[in-house]
Amino acid sequence: MMNLLPVVLTAIVGILIILSFFIPHPIVAEPAQVLQDWAIVIVASGYVLGAANVYKINGEAAIKQQKDWIYKWVLLGSMTGMMVIGFFFSGGTQFLGDGSPFKWAYDYLYVPMQATMFSLLAFFIASAAFRAFRIRTVDAALLAVAALVVMVGRVPIGNLMTHGLPESIQLPTMANWLLEWPQNAAKRGIAIGAGLGVMATGLRIILGIERSHMREEA
Amino acid sequence: MPACVTQSRRHPSFLDFVPSLLLALVLVLGLAPPPAAAAQDSLATTARTLEAAPPVAAPAPAADVVGVDGKNDSGKAIELSWSASPDEKAGIATFTAYLVERAASTAGPWTRVDSLPRGTHKKSDTVERGQTYVYRVTALGPGGAAAPAVSAPVKAVAQWFNTGRVSILLAMLLFFVLVIVFTMRAQAGEKLFVRRIPGIDAIEEAIGRATEMGRSVLYVPGINDIDDIQTMASLNILESVSKITARYETPIIVPCNYPVVMTLAQEMVKNGYVAAGRADGYDPDSVRYVTTEQFAYVAAIAGIMLRDKPAANIYLGSFYAESLLLAETGFSTGAIQIAGTAQVAQLPFFVVACDYTLIGEELYAAGAYMSREPRLLGSLKGSDYMKVAIILVIVVGCVLETAGVTSFKQFFASQ
Repeated sequence: MMNLLPVVLTAIVGILIILSFFIPHPIVAEPAQVLQDWAIVIVASGYVLGAANVYKINGEAAIKQQKDWIYKWVLLGSMTGMMVIGFFFSGGTQFLGDGSPFKWAYDYLYVPMQATMFSLLAFFIASAAFRAFRIRTVDAALLAVAALVVMVGRVPIGNLMTHGLPESIQLPTMANWLLEWPQNAAKRGIAIGAGLGVMATGLRIILGIERSHMREEA
Repeated sequence: MPACVTQSRRHPSFLDFVPSLLLALVLVLGLAPPPAAAAQDSLATTARTLEAAPPVAAPAPAADVVGVDGKNDSGKAIELSWSASPDEKAGIATFTAYLVERAASTAGPWTRVDSLPRGTHKKSDTVERGQTYVYRVTALGPGGAAAPAVSAPVKAVAQWFNTGRVSILLAMLLFFVLVIVFTMRAQAGEKLFVRRIPGIDAIEEAIGRATEMGRSVLYVPGINDIDDIQTMASLNILESVSKITARYETPIIVPCNYPVVMTLAQEMVKNGYVAAGRADGYDPDSVRYVTTEQFAYVAAIAGIMLRDKPAANIYLGSFYAESLLLAETGFSTGAIQIAGTAQVAQLPFFVVACDYTLIGEELYAAGAYMSREPRLLGSLKGSDYMKVAIILVIVVGCVLETAGVTSFKQFFASQ
């Protein structure tokens, strides 16, 4: 019975949400909306669990001076500091307002650090591209040639190099053709397959075929 | 110094006073009437000019206002249409805009809905369900307002079915039937062929390598919450992965981006350890919440990779800009890397930086593939047959469109 109840609830909720896609009448649409609002509440309350987990795991490591314990103190100190600033020194519910200490700390401490992480992407793209374009197989050769055509065809020098040729073999034309036909066809093929995968997974969960996320007592 | 400041500080010169002095001289000599008399003359002149000019006429009115209950909605919209004012059609300057108003009855009071510089349609989507309204459309211009055109009473009613989604419903029903039929056939003992997926086969090999090296396995379930089906698919795979790590007695680290994902991941890992008969080996701290912030999450995982040096990194789920940051950092540590996502834009990054990549639907198939449970494999077979049906529809659609038959495509255009 304890195993059946979550399966039945999942099926009811799942079918109701699917029906609300086809039935705009409030008899179906409004309960579906209420369920989605509940989901937001559940997710929001989950952050209490998340914060507790961060304190537990990192607090133990910091107190017992396990490996890299100093970083754990930095994490716990920063997290506690932001919470104290947000709760007690930033005007209550207006903590995200302009000029509040919480907003200041977010904008001038967190955002620059986030931008730093994001900017690493430029270097990683360069290193990944270097490996990707090494021609070792036929596939890699095709990839390198296609990439070269697209890259050169998208910049003015590509136009300059081939503007005297017939339009169909100019680099910008070939680059656009590669992007609009073979690339789009592949992307849409993947998207259709992924869409079916979403439906199949959803159906398995709704019908209770896939229920590994519900603990099955031995 | 700004120009405006420079100008404000300019000293007045003699020339500035010349007009005033001339005016004073004229008044003193009696050559001009006093200012009050001059103003009276000006008003009289203006009045004569207005009387002489032809008056600007009000625009010709709009006509035939029709209100229709909005289609395929929950009874919150009324769609209006009307015949344009002839002056708007002719582009005459007497027309400026249409004023659209509504009331419970023709007696009013009228509430402004919108004003439109042109056009003959308006969707009013803020009405009360079941309430009767009348609408009026008034053509406005510099010469005033035309006589309003009033609609018949109209009521917004909730619909029971969205007719714009018939094609989706049919496709979904066909898909569900296929999945259920193949699931039943698999349950009945029929052996279903499922092609090899090298990326999934490599998971056990990667965990085995981590075991030989005495290092951990890092499992990243994506950066979306549980409402993303990719995260759900990833968690289903996590159970099978943790079953293997439990069997090999290799530690697994699962950093999570959302608390709800964390609680489910804990259940999955625990299930895996229980299924492997090693419930005592389960470490609750192996699944941990990190942060919901995207790049802070990346920084935390990069830190784990660089400090703990896991020998196998598995990224399965939904990823965005962090895909390459994670995969390249993992590559630099020399770990075997297996990734999978249905985010098409991120697949190239994973293909480049990882040893194996599950592309799109393979992510959703992985759970069934690894568990080998007949019921789950049946749903994979159903998906394959649905793909055949979609290919047929695409081919038929291309042929009909080429032949100039557009109704087939329109049937599949959903709202």
